[in-house]
Amino acid sequence: MSGFREPGGGNDARSRLLPLKGSFMGTSATDAATTEPANAQQARRSMAPSSGIGRQQERLGWLLVLPSVIVVLAVAIYPLLESFRLSFTNYRITRPDRMRYVGLENYRQLMQDDVFWTALKNTIIFTVSSVALETVLGMAVALVIHSQFRGRGFVRTSILVPWAIPTVVSSLLWQWMFNDRYGVINSILIRVGLQDKTDNFSWISSPTTAMGAVVAVDVWKTTPFMALLLLAGLQVIPSDVYEASYVDGASKWQQFWQITLPLLKPALLVALIFRTMDSFRVFDMIFVLKAYATETMTVAIYAQQQLIATGRVGYGSALAVVIFLCIAVMVIGYTRLIRVEEI
Amino acid sequence: MPKFLPTPVNALMRDAVTGRVTRRDVVKRGTALGLGSAMMGTLLRAQSIGAQATPGASPVAEKPVGWSITIPEGLRTDLKGKKISVVLGADGPGAPFDQACCDAFSEATGIEVNYIKGAELTDDRLQFYQQTFSAESPDIDAAQIDVIWPGILAIHAVDLTDVYKSQGTTSFQRIVDNNTVDGVLVGIPWFTDAGILYYRTDLLEKYGFSAPPKTWQELTDQASKILEGEKGANSAFTGYTFQGKAYEGLTCNSLEWQYSYGGGTIVDENAKVTVNNDQVKAALELARSWVNGISPQAVTGYAEEDARTVWQGGNSAFMRNWPYAYSLGAADDSVIKGKFDVTQLPAGEGDNATSAACLGGWQMFVSKYSKEQDAAKEWAKFITSKELQKARAIERSNLPTIGDLYKDQDILAANPFFGQLFDTFESGSVARPSTPTADLYNEVSIAYFTAVNGILSGQKTDIGATLSDLEGQISDILKDL
Repeated sequence: MSGFREPGGGNDARSRLLPLKGSFMGTSATDAATTEPANAQQARRSMAPSSGIGRQQERLGWLLVLPSVIVVLAVAIYPLLESFRLSFTNYRITRPDRMRYVGLENYRQLMQDDVFWTALKNTIIFTVSSVALETVLGMAVALVIHSQFRGRGFVRTSILVPWAIPTVVSSLLWQWMFNDRYGVINSILIRVGLQDKTDNFSWISSPTTAMGAVVAVDVWKTTPFMALLLLAGLQVIPSDVYEASYVDGASKWQQFWQITLPLLKPALLVALIFRTMDSFRVFDMIFVLKAYATETMTVAIYAQQQLIATGRVGYGSALAVVIFLCIAVMVIGYTRLIRVEEI
Repeated sequence: MPKFLPTPVNALMRDAVTGRVTRRDVVKRGTALGLGSAMMGTLLRAQSIGAQATPGASPVAEKPVGWSITIPEGLRTDLKGKKISVVLGADGPGAPFDQACCDAFSEATGIEVNYIKGAELTDDRLQFYQQTFSAESPDIDAAQIDVIWPGILAIHAVDLTDVYKSQGTTSFQRIVDNNTVDGVLVGIPWFTDAGILYYRTDLLEKYGFSAPPKTWQELTDQASKILEGEKGANSAFTGYTFQGKAYEGLTCNSLEWQYSYGGGTIVDENAKVTVNNDQVKAALELARSWVNGISPQAVTGYAEEDARTVWQGGNSAFMRNWPYAYSLGAADDSVIKGKFDVTQLPAGEGDNATSAACLGGWQMFVSKYSKEQDAAKEWAKFITSKELQKARAIERSNLPTIGDLYKDQDILAANPFFGQLFDTFESGSVARPSTPTADLYNEVSIAYFTAVNGILSGQKTDIGATLSDLEGQISDILKDL
């Protein structure tokens, strides 16, 4: 079908640099009606069908997306609106008959809730430190596995192992590695003389090191994911840019800062969006290692506690809405950054 | 190992499970004794397992799981072919026995039982129940429920009063009262639990202590001395392990400390908060001194099984746990077999000091959304019967709720401590405030164990301020009562 062909000409290079965005917009059905190569925004503006065929195609287009629209409405929009609605009620799972609307009462309580503020602080510390470490390490790993060397395929595959292990399993794995008596981490520290045999230091249970320990687990697990996304970004940077800069006498260091990093920025931002959102919602790993302990309680754990453990659905929903808004603000911020890059 | 009374049925059972008789002999001797078909079926099954397990018909064979189960009289057999799903214990050492109970029930009644393994942490299990039953799902017909849940799950329950009465036995009255909400018996008492102190007899003797500690201070002193002497040879050794993780189990442990110091039950029967007083402060000060002293820092992340692993590996002088750890520690493959004993938990100090054991235990509940309520009721009747409670006591060292069973010789042979601690189990234990707090219990308990965990781990340094905050928090929660 000609309507689904790739946009040609000037758009090509850009879509190569922006693999995600390019492929979405490239399938715009109205390309057939407009003959000149247009970028995504122009294509959307010229939606008005000019002929019978155009109208027919538009109808077909709507028909084809209808199932996805219904699915999104059912599994994303409806639950979201329901959370909003419940957040204005005093609903408790044990008292379905006494449910009533209380306006903004839950939000007012939330603002005065010390546990919530502690959880929010913990979440921000966790998100900032884990995402920063993952980005730096992930970049280093991506640069290494992007270069040519023997056994590269094997290294690329094996580096994904931590990401492939289910979170609960890797959490338990780390729980054993951190174990105060039998753990491999203390065993190594004793061998190199940094710890005494009778210390039996517990990294997870000591409030001062607990956050560091959970960040370490998260970094171990998600650095491969970061590396993979950045590797995809590196692969679309054309090699002639490097050749030209080599001819101009640029050092490797200058190449990294002047070429690699600016051209990698779109991929980097996409990776950061994914990771920031994920870290902000972290639940499973920390819950396995620390349950409801205060020093590592995140907003998602607190929401789970309120929604499910105590059955305070109204209050828990208010908490979930706040998490949703925080993430929405972050995503909007990031997409702004990307759009600035595009212009 | 339990000894049998030489009654003919038990003798036949013993011969059957050890594979010393043929199938034909079982039928012959069983008929001569005038046994019912249900009993006969059990015997034949036991014989087939016994014969398999002991090809040489050796008289000292390992007993198969469920060997001590006898089928109670008077079960309905007209529900053959019905299917029910029941949630029982978590996967782990107890699962094979639960499976054996299901098999025995199916064989006796023809009702098929789908055994769903519950979550290991009790908090997780409640969440599962609340979600399932709030959705009015018929997927679960009957479920094992904790002693603190009748208030929370009452709106989903079938009244089991008639089933309980038809059993013709009496359980401890305080548990029946606990399980009754507005006249409805939410769960039939199945087995009870109480916190007890495990101690290493060999180590106490080695360090010159003639008796287990009577007070928490004594426990601290004994544990320090033993730890001092042992840690040179075994760097993994610790003095005392308990459950300090931020979860329901810590509420049990901490309630025992504060109640033993005369500090009240967190919330009293008139819904007054009792956490901010000098006795509670004294109890928690001592408990905090244990962490990084006689207990490892890691204890603030221990649940029951974490504590038991350290204890059963021979790496702890004392442990607070439930009675289930007794039969596991006494098993043949245990390194501490024959080197430990149990006693009641130590007492606190000051006015109203006492020994306190947190009341735990499980009940069998039938869901009102079940499509097979008759079959589920029959299951509840079966699993909580005197016969099954006896088998569970012998094989799993779970405490019966029927008082008469504490005089049963077979049970006492398997668990010598049952008789000695009978008073603790019957009336000496302290209940968590699930009755005065009703459906808000969980919220109160979470606030409580979060604060105590913070104190133990060293996150909260000012105990007085933490307790006064906690008092405010619990009072706020109780405004919704």
